[in-house]
Amino acid sequence: MTRTTSPTAGLPVSDADPFGHEVLEDPLPLHEQLREAGPVTWLSRYDVHALARYEEVHAALVDWQQFQSAAGVSLSNFRTEEPWRPPSLLLEADPPRHDAPRRVLTSVLGPRALRQLRERWAADAEELVDQVLAEGTEFDAVPALSQAFPLRVFPDAVGLGPDGRENLLPYGDHAFNAFGPSNDLVARGAPRVAELSGWVGEQCRRESLAEGGFGAAIWAAADRGDLTPQQAPLVVRSLLTAGVDTTVHGISAVLYAFATNPAQWARLRADPSLARVAFDEAIRWESPVQTFFRTTTTAVRIGDTVVPEGHKILMFLAAANRDPRRWTDPDAFDLGRDPSGHVGFGMGLHQCVGQHVARLEAESVLTALARRVARIELAGPTRRHHNNTLRAWDSLPMAVQLA
Amino acid sequence: MLGVQQRRAGRAGVDRAVVRVAEKTPVADGVVTLTLAAPDGGRLPDWTPGAHVDLTLDNGLTRQYSLCGDRWDARSYRVGVLLEPAGRGGSAYVHQQLEPGHVVGLGGPRNDFPLVPADSYLFVAGGIGITPVLPMVVQAELLRLDWRLLYGGRQRSSMAFLDELAAHGDRVQVRPQDEHGLLDLTGFLGEPRPGTRVYGCGPAPLLTALEGACAGWPPRTLHTERFVAAERGAPVRTTPFEVELHRSGRTVTVAPGTSVLDAIAGAGVEVLSSCRQGTCGTCETTVLAGQPDHRDALLDDEERAAADCMYPCVSRSCSDRLVLDL
Repeated sequence: MTRTTSPTAGLPVSDADPFGHEVLEDPLPLHEQLREAGPVTWLSRYDVHALARYEEVHAALVDWQQFQSAAGVSLSNFRTEEPWRPPSLLLEADPPRHDAPRRVLTSVLGPRALRQLRERWAADAEELVDQVLAEGTEFDAVPALSQAFPLRVFPDAVGLGPDGRENLLPYGDHAFNAFGPSNDLVARGAPRVAELSGWVGEQCRRESLAEGGFGAAIWAAADRGDLTPQQAPLVVRSLLTAGVDTTVHGISAVLYAFATNPAQWARLRADPSLARVAFDEAIRWESPVQTFFRTTTTAVRIGDTVVPEGHKILMFLAAANRDPRRWTDPDAFDLGRDPSGHVGFGMGLHQCVGQHVARLEAESVLTALARRVARIELAGPTRRHHNNTLRAWDSLPMAVQLA
Repeated sequence: MLGVQQRRAGRAGVDRAVVRVAEKTPVADGVVTLTLAAPDGGRLPDWTPGAHVDLTLDNGLTRQYSLCGDRWDARSYRVGVLLEPAGRGGSAYVHQQLEPGHVVGLGGPRNDFPLVPADSYLFVAGGIGITPVLPMVVQAELLRLDWRLLYGGRQRSSMAFLDELAAHGDRVQVRPQDEHGLLDLTGFLGEPRPGTRVYGCGPAPLLTALEGACAGWPPRTLHTERFVAAERGAPVRTTPFEVELHRSGRTVTVAPGTSVLDAIAGAGVEVLSSCRQGTCGTCETTVLAGQPDHRDALLDDEERAAADCMYPCVSRSCSDRLVLDL
């Protein structure tokens, strides 16, 4: 933050704070401003280069050679700053160290591995939806559905014990805050970091993980020699960090999208097989994971700008997902659109390894809900949840009309 | 460099399942390397050491070749091909007919021979079995791990990549049979020790001998890749095929050069996809009938043989007709 003028002549400059509360409440104006400013903009407040157009964001995501992750996918540069916890073996690693953990987790969470969960999760979702509707047709969708369903099925799938599951959301929330600057959001989470990290660390041990779950499968990979025994608990930690909040906010996103787009809900009701597309369209439209950083490994030309080696790049996944250069009528939530190619799950070798798990969870909830609910609408003021990385809701009051 | 050379993601109409021969270079007696590039010059799918690609040649043969180039170069693959006069025509075709500019079908990359974490590695390569080992030694160097390579061949002139390996000094033992006789595996491996992984690739008798030499080592020490001349189920098509979309009751014809995914979309049936490279698994589609020509990086041999699902972003059809649950 030493410079106040653009490091490169002609490079657009913005002094906006993407992690300030005003932007977190409504990031869309900033996203548009950055997209229209050019292929790359210098954010003077943090001395980082920002990418907001689809083409540049996509290119940076897949180009792990020039845009590394091992120096942190946060504002913090691990080359010069100590990370707040041992770095992730997946998200904060480059080839070759990234290879073995990714290979193991890809296999543990692969679409074929999930086939066994499909029927059980469908039944779980029907049960949950029945419970919620039995209590009334007005409810807050965030706790009642978005949080309840992942917390019901995902810890079981991992193989966690019954105690302490309430720690998962605050731990993940802090981890995603920590990718941003050390602002008030990070400070608010700080008092519980040691306690929550301690609990998460306990859950990653072999002894804590039930047979048949994702966690046990990760340890089995260590027994086969595909991972080291030191790597196994950190790979489990990745599941617990990145697997809960993201899905919760993804489900909130699609429920909010339907509550504010009744014609699209009617469309899903008419053709429930659209549930998968609906979730990915909501991921595109709302982008629960808004941003990630990379670090340049060499001088990289972006547009007319050469970004020097070792610089932090902030990729606005959410802005790319609404780039009119890539998407027709990007602000519309539209089940008729093919959302394939959105970067809400990232792209390339760091693309969300749990995306098939998230899709299956969301598909289960939407399918169950579409069976019972004819109309869905907002029933009161909504409230955003601010996080440095995530776009989220604290409260979504909804009223439904039963089918 | 961004902006100029990058290709747009997810654009319809580009067949991801082909590569162009950019260079063909003799590197030893009976060995050529091929440098392969995407027709549009864009990035090729990522890979890891030990990975191979399936190349579908114009004569209808599909052959598997280990990638032996630099994974930091996202725009080209390198494979090494040994001329096998007694083979069934794949290597002869590559040596005698395939030329720069030709386009060949691409499957994968897939990795059945991944480098697992270890404290140190011992590599044993026989002949053209050196190819998967080349990127492995680069990786061991990057990780600053202890490693050594024992490389055998008939005679020095038939052994490829000696120039590249020379940079590693005495970590590499080059042992042509006409100078040194059979490889001294026991002497090379030394005393069994935990934390070491042994990787072997080469002709079957060498790997059998290596298995014997590793008998006293801890379980899972040895990783080998055999050159299996496994004939693929059905020959790969160069002609159009039909895809029947069972639930929507439509049938589309898929022409060469068009992906199944794009052909289906053209019929108005959207399949959710993401990477369009056969790596992410998003477009997994259930196959009800027909024999898919799998080009993805996800399914193993057993899963391929089951023929019950496919990834239509890259995979195609061996049979005249595929029936998909769409």
